[in-house]
Amino acid sequence: MTTPVEQERTQPEAIGAEIAAEDRPWQTVVWNDPVNLMSYVTYVFQKLFGFSRDKATKLMLDVHHKGKAIVTSGTKDKVEADVAKLHAAGLWATMQRAS
Amino acid sequence: MKRWIRDGDVVIGRLDRQEAAVVRGLVSQIQDMLLARAEEAPQDELAELTGIRTGPSEAPDDPILGRLLPDFHRLDDDAPDPDEVNSAAALRSLHEPELLDQKTGAAEIVLQTCSPDGGEIRLSIGEAEAWLASLNDVRLALGTALDVTEDMPDELPPEDPRSPHLGVYHWLTWVQDTLVEAMMP
Repeated sequence: MTTPVEQERTQPEAIGAEIAAEDRPWQTVVWNDPVNLMSYVTYVFQKLFGFSRDKATKLMLDVHHKGKAIVTSGTKDKVEADVAKLHAAGLWATMQRAS
Repeated sequence: MKRWIRDGDVVIGRLDRQEAAVVRGLVSQIQDMLLARAEEAPQDELAELTGIRTGPSEAPDDPILGRLLPDFHRLDDDAPDPDEVNSAAALRSLHEPELLDQKTGAAEIVLQTCSPDGGEIRLSIGEAEAWLASLNDVRLALGTALDVTEDMPDELPPEDPRSPHLGVYHWLTWVQDTLVEAMMP
């Protein structure tokens, strides 16, 4: 059994959700791995993104203790370029949409 | 090997002959693996016309190459999101040729600046950055091959076949760490 009124109500919401997904920014995620040195990861964050030593160290420690950290976010193009730079430095980085 | 020091715009280190042979041997091996991967890239007429190179869309089967050339998305091993699988394939194809160039280029700088005879090594900042990236690639490769874990002991039991290689791995860790220290802004 269907109720047309209900359908009319849910449809605009579904479209709204899709638009919201398009608007959500992208995020650069760096994952922990057993090889990369803590000092090197901090150095890479400072050099690639211009972060202060404190900010770079905090993000490195998040990667180390929590298994991952979101290091940058923004448009798909920006995040894609950031992931490519991190790959060149040998870090394990991926991109995802903000949830 | 003494620890690296920075003197203005020059980074100075020293390797003896045997250490130089280890560095050169490992860096060459990684470079060869990456160059072989680059040769697998699909050739197509459109790429030749436009000059836009496309790499393979599939991740390497080899775990070492897989670690050096990661996917752009974290794909679920059991139930990967089909959209992300497609996107990861497209992004790999787009970016892998340049990543291979960067990694083989860094390796080439190490080979050019590390004499087979060993001795003092004087690097510009750019060359030192290439050493950092290349030493890191070698450690990623060795770490993958040796199945290194975070709580890896300094030494394995002598009967473990990985035992002699682990010493090289730890030595490279030290070489890279002192180079980071010298370069830290």
